[in-house]
Amino acid sequence: MSEFFMQNLSEFWSLTGFANATWEHFVMLGVGLFFIWLAIKKDFEPMLLVPIGFGMLIGNIPFNASAGLEIGIYEQGSVLNILYNGVSAGWYPPLIFLGIGAMTDFSALIANPKLMLIGAAAQFGIFGAYMVALLLGFAPDQAGAIAIIGGADGPTAIFLSSKLAPNLMGAIAVSAYSYMALVPVIQPPIMRLFTTKKERLIKMKPARAVSQNEKIIFPIVGLLLTCFVVPSGLPLLGMLFFGNLLRECGVCNRLAKTASNALTDIVTILLGMTVGASTQASEFLTAQTIGIFALGFMAFIIASSSGVLFVKLFNLVLPQSKKINPLIGNAGVSAVPMSARISNNLGLEYDPSNYLLMHAMGPNVAGVIGSAVAAGVLLGFLA
Amino acid sequence: MKKKILLLLALAAVSVSAVQAQGRRALRINEVMVQNDSSVVDDFGRHSAWIELFNSSFAPLEIANVYLTNNKAVLDIEDEQVRKSMMYSVPLHDVNTRIPKQQHVLFWADGQPTDGTFHTNFVLVPGQDNWIAIYDADGVNLIDSVTVPASLLPNTTYARAIDGRDNAENPELTWVVRDGSTETAYITPSGMNVITDSNNKVDYFKTQDKNGFALTVMAMGIVFSALLLLCLCFYAISKIGASRSRERKAKSHGADVSAMPKSERPAHDSGEEIAAIVMALHEHLNTHDTENTILTINKVKRAYSPWSSKIYSIRELPHR
Repeated sequence: MSEFFMQNLSEFWSLTGFANATWEHFVMLGVGLFFIWLAIKKDFEPMLLVPIGFGMLIGNIPFNASAGLEIGIYEQGSVLNILYNGVSAGWYPPLIFLGIGAMTDFSALIANPKLMLIGAAAQFGIFGAYMVALLLGFAPDQAGAIAIIGGADGPTAIFLSSKLAPNLMGAIAVSAYSYMALVPVIQPPIMRLFTTKKERLIKMKPARAVSQNEKIIFPIVGLLLTCFVVPSGLPLLGMLFFGNLLRECGVCNRLAKTASNALTDIVTILLGMTVGASTQASEFLTAQTIGIFALGFMAFIIASSSGVLFVKLFNLVLPQSKKINPLIGNAGVSAVPMSARISNNLGLEYDPSNYLLMHAMGPNVAGVIGSAVAAGVLLGFLA
Repeated sequence: MKKKILLLLALAAVSVSAVQAQGRRALRINEVMVQNDSSVVDDFGRHSAWIELFNSSFAPLEIANVYLTNNKAVLDIEDEQVRKSMMYSVPLHDVNTRIPKQQHVLFWADGQPTDGTFHTNFVLVPGQDNWIAIYDADGVNLIDSVTVPASLLPNTTYARAIDGRDNAENPELTWVVRDGSTETAYITPSGMNVITDSNNKVDYFKTQDKNGFALTVMAMGIVFSALLLLCLCFYAISKIGASRSRERKAKSHGADVSAMPKSERPAHDSGEEIAAIVMALHEHLNTHDTENTILTINKVKRAYSPWSSKIYSIRELPHR
């Protein structure tokens, strides 16, 4: 009888986390706890970092995979694997884009269309990082997937990496979201570095009022123009503009409300948690991951710098009355509305009456469109 | 109202039939072996002629109830039932008749339909032209057909050069004879005619654009042009919007914008101005939104019954 007890208990022991733990698991659990701490104590993008951080804890509980209990995220048929399908097959990101479209007011962009070009310029972060990734020895498709981190757009990064480099998706997604959360730390020094005090004090004219007709035309024309140029961006751009039409048309308020609230919340929970859980130590802790984080950081810096520098360049050809404050250049990355808020805060630091928020929202939402277009271009070239 | 419903129904019917037709139309005859002496064998260990079908669409395709035939006489038969009786109907309720995207199924043309779904009731005859056709479930719509030449040698196949595709520029190059002698002439039952073992695009960029400069220039150009196009479009739309707003403003003052010199034309209202006007009107008129809902509070009295009593229906927690 005692042998029976011992045999079963020892078998049970072999299934526990204690028996299967490795140092890598504890490293990843530590990273997960750090993310949760950042979110709760430091208020860094809590909506993203709490699900991702907790997902990391879920994904890094050690277990005996050979027992075939179907619990791991990479085991076909497990609950986590089913939820992860939205990430691996790439259908969570377009749903998030639907919500973003339904939440975003494109008025600032419609009122001052030239701000769209700042959103385009900031995408240089993506392609700059692509060149460096190639230098570091990544294959072109992997380099493209890593470089998209420079777009500062989590859903876009997940969407593209699921198509171009599924094996790197966990690291790319976590890197993209981490740097998005760290936008308030990364961007201000770059903005200060590339601007003079005089430039930071530039006051921009308040934007004109935008009629509802223009707001309705925007998503329709936006979809047709951008997707005719880059059809491979259709899943993201299509959903973004569809969400925006729901918001602006005025006759689908219930749908717009659901898309921007309940649906986005549900998908954010599932996306964050499963992305976190996908960082299973065995898949995540590699030298490549460190390279991806370094490249992502660099891509962010290039993107923010190129936005600011482009505004400075643009100002050379603009009349005095229409000069743009280069502090809104950083908002060309699509971390909405965080980077626009940073432009505003920095503007207020140098002139308490200079509110740049609505001006910065223009390049910020253009950045969303720009990064989706850039993802479509990379997909078209490399998939 | 009735007209609108009818229009919607008609649109729905058209789109449903279009989707159905589009799905079936993607089925292609992809490779045919007429005389099989030493090539692949079926589940019964027999060497038989075979026909490979290919789903050229990017969605799964159900081929149950599709008709396969080599009898050219069906072209002259009007009666639907007679036509159907002359062809082999792919049986229903077999999970294997659902072809995944860009994949194949193999039919054995051995005249043994009782051996399973993928054994046809006709045989291909060596030494003569073999016309093979696939008809849709109605037995009328021809999906694809091919005539395999009589000159085809034993153990060679007549195959599409590229899976599922016609060569529009040189139709005579759509079909080629494959004898397995070279890498490009492999006989590939249930496999792709064009075998790719790497991502050509990635390899191309790897060799032609080692430092990524060309892709960067092209991609940035495309991103800029897409957003520039949008920018120009909305610049034009905003100009039109602003001029219409000015016209309306001038009209409200009884003036004609076109007759006014450019410098005297009224400026386009900014958001702040509009907000200020709305606020002033609100203060002046003491206007209030008109509610379209009337709230009525009625006291509802219900006679007591132990069946509706909360005391009996809600479990009380024990007091400690």
